[in-house]
Amino acid sequence: MHPSKTFRSRNDSPRTPAATAESPAVRLTLIAVTMAFLSLFLFLPLITVFHEAFRHGVEVYLASFDDRHVRHAIRLTLLTAAICVPLNLIFGVAAAWAVTKFDFRGKSLFVTLIDLPFAVSPVIAGFVFIIIFGAHGYLGPLMERWDVQIVFAFPGIVLATTFGTVPFIARELIPLMQAQGRDEEFAAMTLGASGWRTFFKVTLPNVKWGLFYGIILCNARAMGEFGGVEVVSGNISGKTSTMTLHIQTLYFSFATVPAFAMASVLAMLALVTLVLKKRYRMVGDKKRINL
Amino acid sequence: MISGNKRAQPNRRILPGFGLSMGFAVTYLGLLVLIPLAGVFIRASGMTWQEFWTVVTSPQVVATYKITFGVSLAAAATNAVFGLIVAWSLVRYTFPGKRVLDAIVDLPFALPTAVAGIALTAIYAETGIMGRWFYALGIETAFSRVGIYIALTFIGIPFVVRSLQPVLEDLDPEFEEAAASLGASRLRAFTHVILPGLLPALLTGFALAYARAIGEYGSVIFISGNMPFETEISPLIIVKFLEQFQIAQATAVAAVMLVASFVLLLGVNILQRWTESIGRART
Repeated sequence: MHPSKTFRSRNDSPRTPAATAESPAVRLTLIAVTMAFLSLFLFLPLITVFHEAFRHGVEVYLASFDDRHVRHAIRLTLLTAAICVPLNLIFGVAAAWAVTKFDFRGKSLFVTLIDLPFAVSPVIAGFVFIIIFGAHGYLGPLMERWDVQIVFAFPGIVLATTFGTVPFIARELIPLMQAQGRDEEFAAMTLGASGWRTFFKVTLPNVKWGLFYGIILCNARAMGEFGGVEVVSGNISGKTSTMTLHIQTLYFSFATVPAFAMASVLAMLALVTLVLKKRYRMVGDKKRINL
Repeated sequence: MISGNKRAQPNRRILPGFGLSMGFAVTYLGLLVLIPLAGVFIRASGMTWQEFWTVVTSPQVVATYKITFGVSLAAAATNAVFGLIVAWSLVRYTFPGKRVLDAIVDLPFALPTAVAGIALTAIYAETGIMGRWFYALGIETAFSRVGIYIALTFIGIPFVVRSLQPVLEDLDPEFEEAAASLGASRLRAFTHVILPGLLPALLTGFALAYARAIGEYGSVIFISGNMPFETEISPLIIVKFLEQFQIAQATAVAAVMLVASFVLLLGVNILQRWTESIGRART
């Protein structure tokens, strides 16, 4: 790249007059502030995770995973995500189909309600299930009689995680399917395709990247769920301790390297999610969407 | 976020599957989210008003509101200022590393909060890479409200930037050109022409960051030190009540937090409609 072109304003192109561009000093200052702010708040924490994890070398890092409780936590987290992501996938697709292909009263209320779990504290996401299934909860006595344990057990972890990740696939799909309208589906139906065939051959291919990213993001969020799971699971090591809960246990017992080693796995997952998002925005479905 | 499409479509029910998809979505949302949340309010309504009021206005609980709502406000305001600068630079300028910076903005969205929490604590503790400078200046960045502020600023970054970017991209340069041709300085054009158009999106991003911050738990508890009256946040006091099996107390505080979340979500919705109406007026 030519040095003089390095810090170029979009407004430097000859078509737009220079009066609508900032002076070079202002421009450089704003770019410097952007770089400093994002480096300090985003790059530094990310680098720190790996720096702390590898502080005593690769061998110590790898030895962190040679532990029964660590392996159990990883298995538990994977299993939780394997149940929660498909559930939210079906919900996301159903909600997006209903919202974008039909007109009905109360649509904007329904869309707002989908966002609700996102606005609610993760702690409350776990707490609500204690109120329902806990020993003193509404269904507590019933659960006891049936000998089903939900709170302080795996089902509670799945419920809290699913609650917290409800919006992610729906939020990705709805703006995308909204932007694409209904004409292609109308055309397919007119040509005699069945509803399911229309959905799988017309609708789905149009939104496949958005759907894919929604699944990846939902998975990252499910595996990273913390507050709700802590409340509902009781964090019993080797039993109901997920990856994030085990990070907490390790960290508070001053096992810093194992804590950061586990954290580095989740940080890698976050990085993969970001890279895939960037790729998907570039390859893209037909229309760009926000958040 | 998302908004409903009000445009009337011809042949509104020509496609199949409305009953199935809507039925499933409403049942799922109802069973998993709405009924459990309603359970909090039903449980809270089982308390007498006196009991409820005593819990939610007890000094230790009130101290958590002040910390949660106050520090969240400071963090969201920080994000409004820096988010505007970041979004502006990413949309308007070309510079090395821009694509990487643009991608990393979503990190707080994808990184588990517990991971962010321990990383920020390592950085801002007394021996940390940043902490040692602040502590030398007499600023305790870990186990203090400053630490809570740092964590809440971190988790709020994507909201302002991502709310502003699409609006900035769609901003018609004609308005700026008109302002410039009428003799306005660049600063005046920014404050009088550009900023009013960005305001709804900026406020939306601010409100989203604020809503996220007041509920935040994972990234805060590691760096805050969790001292009652000093660095204890409202979500944490719910957890503490639960650990002592004080379900009624936990329910009361949870109900207050939920009302705050609903009010903010409503505010965000109104702001988004405002943003869209401005977008429509401009095209």
